[in-house]
Amino acid sequence: MNSAMYRIGATIVGVTVLAAVVGPWLTPFDPSSQWLSLRLAAPSTSHLFGMDELGRDILARVLAGARISFLVGLTVVGVSAALGTALGAIAGYFGGWIDDTISRVIDVLLAFPGLLLAIALVAVLGPSLGNVLFALTVIGWVSYARLVRGQVLRAREFEYVQAAKALGAGTPRVLWQHVIPTAIPAIVVQATLGMAGAIIGEASLSFLGLGVQPPTPSWGTMLNGGRAHILDAPHLTIFPGLAIALLVLGFNFLGDGLRDRLDPKHRGLR
Amino acid sequence: MSLLHVSHLVKQYTRGKGLFRRGTTVTAVDDVSFSIDESETFGLVGESGSGKTTTGRCILRLVEPTSGAVSFNGENVLALNARDLRARRRDMQIVFQDPYSSLNPRMKARHIVEEPLIIHRLGDARARRERVAELFARVGLDPAHLERYPHQFSGGQRQRIGLARALALNPRFLVLDEPVSALDVSVQAQVVNLLMDLQRDLKLTYLFVAHDLRLVEHICDRVAVMHLGKIVEMGRTAALFERPQHPYTRALLSAIPVADPDAPRARVVFDPASADRSNALREVEQGHWAAI
Repeated sequence: MNSAMYRIGATIVGVTVLAAVVGPWLTPFDPSSQWLSLRLAAPSTSHLFGMDELGRDILARVLAGARISFLVGLTVVGVSAALGTALGAIAGYFGGWIDDTISRVIDVLLAFPGLLLAIALVAVLGPSLGNVLFALTVIGWVSYARLVRGQVLRAREFEYVQAAKALGAGTPRVLWQHVIPTAIPAIVVQATLGMAGAIIGEASLSFLGLGVQPPTPSWGTMLNGGRAHILDAPHLTIFPGLAIALLVLGFNFLGDGLRDRLDPKHRGLR
Repeated sequence: MSLLHVSHLVKQYTRGKGLFRRGTTVTAVDDVSFSIDESETFGLVGESGSGKTTTGRCILRLVEPTSGAVSFNGENVLALNARDLRARRRDMQIVFQDPYSSLNPRMKARHIVEEPLIIHRLGDARARRERVAELFARVGLDPAHLERYPHQFSGGQRQRIGLARALALNPRFLVLDEPVSALDVSVQAQVVNLLMDLQRDLKLTYLFVAHDLRLVEHICDRVAVMHLGKIVEMGRTAALFERPQHPYTRALLSAIPVADPDAPRARVVFDPASADRSNALREVEQGHWAAI
């Protein structure tokens, strides 16, 4: 079962990545070109996903939106994971007041509902893709930090870590060579699930008009644009909605599958 | 001439301390003093939780002692700053009890043994390669297995890798923290013999932490018995085994298994009331001290 989920997840993610990369060659239409006579046109053989409220090809826009989703996902996850791992490792390894300080910041950030904090941040900073990346990273690093801190607390007592210290290894070497590698499987799982979270986060902010600004195509802004026509032209919302749901599902499946694969306790049970 | 001198070493742990709680203090090592001579094997014995492992780690400053002094070759180890301490670690190494957790499972045997050479910037890549192969052969391992990962070795072989790693820097002093207690008996003997050969050839000084008294009797020149963080008796191995003075030592010695099921056994049970913990060590005969 889990193995099947893992494969389904990997397939969905793989196909979406491919579609995002080769998107411009898959469709002859530009995501920003308008054919006003075809406004709200239903899906047809020439426009597979139909046309939106401004007469733009929805398939072209969904493919272009995938690029934004991956851009946001990879950036937010990359920066959050690096920052969270560094701070979590420092907190867990040194303990004392350093740990207390970092842990309290984590507690405070965890006390806010993540998306609400992101909305507040973007509202203050002004809507733009850059600010969305910043806001999602501010709420994103916390989960990595907490995860890595726990792993490091455990690894700190391993005898091979003690051995490295006894050999005279400095703190950076001990952390980099011996402590952080033990946390990498957990970070990989968290990052995969984090991709799903970042994609949803970007779509939500864009839907609220706080994210990617028109005419740049994003799945969230497409949903917002289709909202007024949900009854007379549901294809405006169905396709970007499906794209979000599928990709997030794909990342969640992949993350769960990876967790099972990387967890030694689950090895040999399949 | 003593190489290592430990005096009034104390290590306390505070547990359950919070913003509004003072926590409870546990004294793991309680005013421990001893000296180890050059090329000597000094045994530290006691049951689990007696503080013998913590004592060994305090000497190497893997655990920071609460108070006391440790001098190595006339130099106060506890006063060294981080940088000098790292340099000084070349002379003092440790071999751990558990051959499974003491080697990083993600590193090949070659890199495990090479790491100390890299840390202390000794030799270029080729020189290090040769040195690693030499160390591997020195501890009785096949240099053909250098590219293997720890899990591909047996327990005894893994302990030899840990020993090769500890020897890489040519130390003068080794803390052997129950180095063979996780191994089965036939392998124990091989590793003990290796340790004794290495000591003779490389003029090593050992602090041998153990709970197996037969082993201690076999390889140690002098022994200290620890109980609840204190040394209760210390002396030359033969004298201490033949004429134990402290009730705890007597109880410990009576618990040594005898390889004859029909032999008369007189198991002495230690009664804590029979010994006053506040007694200081006093010399009961030349070089034999007991807290009675």
